[in-house]
Amino acid sequence: MNPPAADPLAAGLLERLPLLARDALTGALPEPWRWWANSLLAILAIIFVFSSLFALLTLTERKVLARVQNRPGPNRAGLPLTRFRLGGLGQPLADGIKMLTKEDIVPRGADPVLHFLAPVVLLALSLLTFAVIPYGRLLVPVELEAGVLYFFAAGAATELALFMAGWASRNKYSLLAAMRALAQLISYELPLLLAVVPVVLLAGSLSTTGIVAAQAGWDLGFVPRWFILTPWGLASFLIFLTAALAESNRSPFDLPEAESELIAGHLTEYSGFKYALFFMAEYLGMTALAGLGVTLFLGGWRAPLPFLDFVPSYAWFGLKLLALLFVFIWIRATFPRLRIDQLTRLAWKFLVPLALLNLGTAALWALTAGWSPALQPLRWLGAAALVAGPFVLLGRGLTAGLRPRTYRFA
Amino acid sequence: MTALAAIALLTLAAAAIALALRDLIHSALLLIASWVGIAAFYLWAGAEFVAFAQVLIYVGAISMVVLFAVLLTRPPTGPATREPSGRAVPGFLAGGAVLGLLAGAVLSSPLPAGTGAAPAFGVRELGLKLLGPHAGALLATAALLTVALLGAVVLAAARGKEDAS
Amino acid sequence: MSPLQACLLFSSALFSLGLIAVLVRSNAILVLLGVELMLNAANLNFIAFWRYGPAPAEGHGVVFVVFALAVAAAEAAVGLALVIALHRHQRNVRLGEARRLRG
Repeated sequence: MNPPAADPLAAGLLERLPLLARDALTGALPEPWRWWANSLLAILAIIFVFSSLFALLTLTERKVLARVQNRPGPNRAGLPLTRFRLGGLGQPLADGIKMLTKEDIVPRGADPVLHFLAPVVLLALSLLTFAVIPYGRLLVPVELEAGVLYFFAAGAATELALFMAGWASRNKYSLLAAMRALAQLISYELPLLLAVVPVVLLAGSLSTTGIVAAQAGWDLGFVPRWFILTPWGLASFLIFLTAALAESNRSPFDLPEAESELIAGHLTEYSGFKYALFFMAEYLGMTALAGLGVTLFLGGWRAPLPFLDFVPSYAWFGLKLLALLFVFIWIRATFPRLRIDQLTRLAWKFLVPLALLNLGTAALWALTAGWSPALQPLRWLGAAALVAGPFVLLGRGLTAGLRPRTYRFA
Repeated sequence: MTALAAIALLTLAAAAIALALRDLIHSALLLIASWVGIAAFYLWAGAEFVAFAQVLIYVGAISMVVLFAVLLTRPPTGPATREPSGRAVPGFLAGGAVLGLLAGAVLSSPLPAGTGAAPAFGVRELGLKLLGPHAGALLATAALLTVALLGAVVLAAARGKEDAS
Repeated sequence: MSPLQACLLFSSALFSLGLIAVLVRSNAILVLLGVELMLNAANLNFIAFWRYGPAPAEGHGVVFVVFALAVAAAEAAVGLALVIALHRHQRNVRLGEARRLRG
């Protein structure tokens, strides 16, 4: 179960390119300083890559939403001071300049220290979660034995920042939204963790590199052994995706900041750069959760087909990450927002029982790993039935009395 | 040792200020800082799993319950009431006496000097211990947590007319 | 002073702080947080003795802390539920006024 010994020389030149670049920069330094310089470089690389990804993501989201709603989206801002519009590619830059130059307003009754600390803490914590994700075969910022636990420990504290923001604003809508956010985040923390436990169980490891290593190899010579391609893994992934959407306050679970009922919730009293920090932290949190999802279920940095192995692993990770982020945006464009009672009911009555049953299915899957090839179809069918059966029955039970609403006089 | 001293000072300062503050929300938030300091101590001592579990449980879960309780039980208006001063002096005396007693005992008793290296007790070993010799205790803890959850719900839920006022 | 003694002094100070909070403060939530701090001080001792004790490979201290953390979570949930029930009955959470059961 241990990760295979990463032999830098066995990997191709493209694979080693980031490490070669790093060594070219820091190779001349003596040993203790070199370690510090390498760590600093990794931190800077993460901050730079994911901040620019955040900038492009905001533009992509607006563009995709616009295309779904049959309008062009932002298309004016291009290269500054020129006539090149580049299809709106300059929009993030324009947004950034606007946010930076706006007035920073702190309400008179607000708690100034907490009001300032909330966005800072939130951004710092969402950056911390990036430390344990393996971006490539050789690109793991920090190898921790309890990497998954670290991820959730760093992620759990974001709830605190939301509460601080809501409470420090001294605004009833902000506080109301903060309480809603807490209720939502606590409710969905449970299915999120329960969806991860089967992966940890089957991989036999809490470290993210160990989990990627457990998804190595091919079935039938070309089907990757990713966890999503097993019955329990698919169920876990769907639960994880739903809970991740709720954890990152994305539509259809964006109740804490529902602009139509709570005037943007805990963000009401924030303006200028602090608002931008909140915005950034939200997108970074979403990216980190998507990265964790790729690592846990989609094989991490592994290529989808054997002959595609020559492409560097970090490119595969990036592609999968972008695909998952696109799914997040797609979901936002498609589903209407849930009501708060529907939201909590979905978590406690549907996702948590399904996740618990799925844990049992995964345990059964682990127990029957030694079955002979003749019995394998039976194993697959049994596991699939254990996943699909409760889903259908529970879904039917919960929606039994509900009909599409009919409007007689409208 | 320097790291330990820094962690200890920050943790103790956060806890002391937290417990002296009038504003309960500020106390709770500062106490969370001291809980993080304790997690940093665990990390310093090489107990990685326990450190992350401490952050997950205290910062992620207990702090939320505390903040909810503070908001649900806040007095509607008016300044916070003063502490009854009669208990302060005996309380500080008792606490100081306990601290003196413990410190004296720690400094005067022969303690193992300990090895410099961090012990090799990783997540895998912890898991084997938990599910091997301590499996019964683990089950009992699971039952305790379930009962505590149900008990908390029953205690905190408003019941009928009695509480309608 | 050996590292173990430093750790033990740290936890003693933390325990005394919790004790003072329990004795001096009258708000039920703060009293509960003081108890929580005392529990944390005990956990610190477990980890310190595991780290510098005779048999660290056995990991008794770590196992003990894992269980203590679970029990602490249960304690906090039930304790704060009690505080909320107290608030429902007497409209405040001052422990000095919770004398309904007094004879």
